[in-house]
Amino acid sequence: MIRSTILVSGDPISLSRGAEETKLAIEAELSFYGLEDEVQVGYTGRVNRTDVLPVVVVYPEGTVYGPVTPRDGSEIVEEHLYKGRVVDHLTVAAEIAAAEIDTLGELSDTLYGQKRIVLRRAGLIDPYSIDDYIAEDGYFALATALTDMTPDDVLQTVKNSNLQGRGGAGFPTGLKWSFVAQQAEPTRYIVCNADESEPGTFKDRLIIEGDPHSVLEGMALSGYAVGAHEGWIYIRGEYVMARDILNRAIAQAEEMNLLGDGILGSDFSFHIHVHAGAGAYICGEETALLNSLEGQRGIPRIRPPYPTVSGFRGMPTVVNNVETLANVAPIVLNGADWFRAIGTNRSPGTKVYTMLGDVNITGLVETPMGTTLREIIDIYGGGVKDGKAFKAAQTGGSSGTIIPADLLDVPMDFASMQEKGAGLGSGALLVCDEDTDIVDLAYVLVRFFMTESCGKCTPCRVGNVQMLESLERLRKGMARRSDLERLEEIADFVQQSSFCGLGQAAPVPILTGLRYFRDEFEARLRA
Amino acid sequence: MEDVIAATNRIIDKYGANSESLVEILRELNDVGGYLTTEHLAQAAKRLRVPESKVASVASFYSLISLEPMGRHVIRFCQDAPCHVVGGREVWEALEHELGIPFGETTLDGEWSLMTTSCIGACAVGPVMMVDEDIYGNLTPERAREIIARYRTASRQAAQSAERAGFAAQGGQE
Repeated sequence: MIRSTILVSGDPISLSRGAEETKLAIEAELSFYGLEDEVQVGYTGRVNRTDVLPVVVVYPEGTVYGPVTPRDGSEIVEEHLYKGRVVDHLTVAAEIAAAEIDTLGELSDTLYGQKRIVLRRAGLIDPYSIDDYIAEDGYFALATALTDMTPDDVLQTVKNSNLQGRGGAGFPTGLKWSFVAQQAEPTRYIVCNADESEPGTFKDRLIIEGDPHSVLEGMALSGYAVGAHEGWIYIRGEYVMARDILNRAIAQAEEMNLLGDGILGSDFSFHIHVHAGAGAYICGEETALLNSLEGQRGIPRIRPPYPTVSGFRGMPTVVNNVETLANVAPIVLNGADWFRAIGTNRSPGTKVYTMLGDVNITGLVETPMGTTLREIIDIYGGGVKDGKAFKAAQTGGSSGTIIPADLLDVPMDFASMQEKGAGLGSGALLVCDEDTDIVDLAYVLVRFFMTESCGKCTPCRVGNVQMLESLERLRKGMARRSDLERLEEIADFVQQSSFCGLGQAAPVPILTGLRYFRDEFEARLRA
Repeated sequence: MEDVIAATNRIIDKYGANSESLVEILRELNDVGGYLTTEHLAQAAKRLRVPESKVASVASFYSLISLEPMGRHVIRFCQDAPCHVVGGREVWEALEHELGIPFGETTLDGEWSLMTTSCIGACAVGPVMMVDEDIYGNLTPERAREIIARYRTASRQAAQSAERAGFAAQGGQE
């Protein structure tokens, strides 16, 4: 008969600090005392403070120990489980409530170590069934907001949660909403940016395909908070299935009066429409998106005025990414403090990443902000493919930074990455092994931007062509030192003087590639 | 087959004659016949009450809208970095070699168009290409050739049975 349960934190940070050895030591000690049939041992994934990791929790008492070395683990078994005495010098003060740590039952359906907020239902519910969503707390946040909270309460909750935009820039979501809420113009819009076209990124597609109502509920809450009655989802033209799922979800929600006029008998009305793009990377830039939404060419607008002042149809508009909106309902439901306890101080919450390239396991992972790239590659990616060495990673999609092995241990959140001159961007993590040719990679990236430049401004339109020409010469071994200098000069110029964020970001991989792998570029110069 | 004016009107009626829906209208119209003609653009302009030049400028901007006839099968191969890193270049070369045309062109027999596409969000199984509406992942040069061969066999069989049916009707032989 089981009388106790011991949980060892199995999140990436704990594992990198030897949690597995601690668990093994505990198991060995249990069998030494003949307790293996009475005490079960498992991993728990959800511990919200990193300084005490790895932690060990003993149930039913709920005693929390941390940080626990393998040797401490043995001591805990001997003292606590065998002799029945709490090991005082290893306990963590009451700051960690046992309630913050999941029990085994709740762990069975999650990948251990991941913290899932945005993806908590993905794969577990039927995306075509609103009943499935409602059964998992769906629309409960909206119902609570409409009955017990003023719009300003919702706004303040999101503001206090310190949720940052997950589209890449990390702008505080609550602050953006407050800009719209304070406009004099009464007609306002919520626009969901589902134009996920950053190469290597498909998190938004999987959020929509796995849990479409979470995005709709987030939009409705956003509309309630800022006083908007209409929402638009701009989805890229290539995502046919996701568009279909959204349309169905909207129809179901309207049928149950969870969207539409007078939601749940309140006087709040909110309608959502889906608008599909037709293939243009630039439409992920919010002002280009707004032009496309209005039936125009998707070219960017000058800012200011920002969309919060003059956006869709010239009205104040919130433009939020899919992942950002999917975080809203859980925040409203559980409160700002709950959210702030996850991730890092400066960037609370989780981040959804797409792991790609030369790793053993590619795909989606959601972990607390602050997880390092090394942890993601080693634990979730199963290490670099074929046992090869890590060479570089590009973080944040094609406009992201190329970073070397030195930065593998930087905690990934918006601010920490920025301090190192790297970016979190869209959450794409492209891992390149030792065989990767950085010059060739740079060439492919510049070719992408040359194709996708909208042509509005000269630096981006012409600069990318010129950079590609330099790289072509370099690839063929025909470039002189002056070509390399010119490449760098143009990259810098395009970054400084392009009209929109796309143009400004286009040279980032070149500039960071040159910063960290300059010798590879130089090795290609004509002798 | 539905004529240009009728198809244009049908799709515009579906979305409502609203110029805000222009991008969606043109995309759906494009998917009817694979590309848009100046006739399509003129009819859309007339119905939506916007200048033809505006319709043309929008149509030419988006990659899923074509202003030129495309092959019977369209390959869209992802040329972005995530697919490149996992062996995209070799597949790229195999496709050009197998079809005998460079990217951006259509074979003389009108069977194949070889185009590139930006990321289609299937990067976890790269390199990736779309053949018409179908997505193929984990490509190698060999697998890409096999896929093309499969479409060719299907076309040949369709042509043969059509031929047989034709000859049978005429009582003729080759």
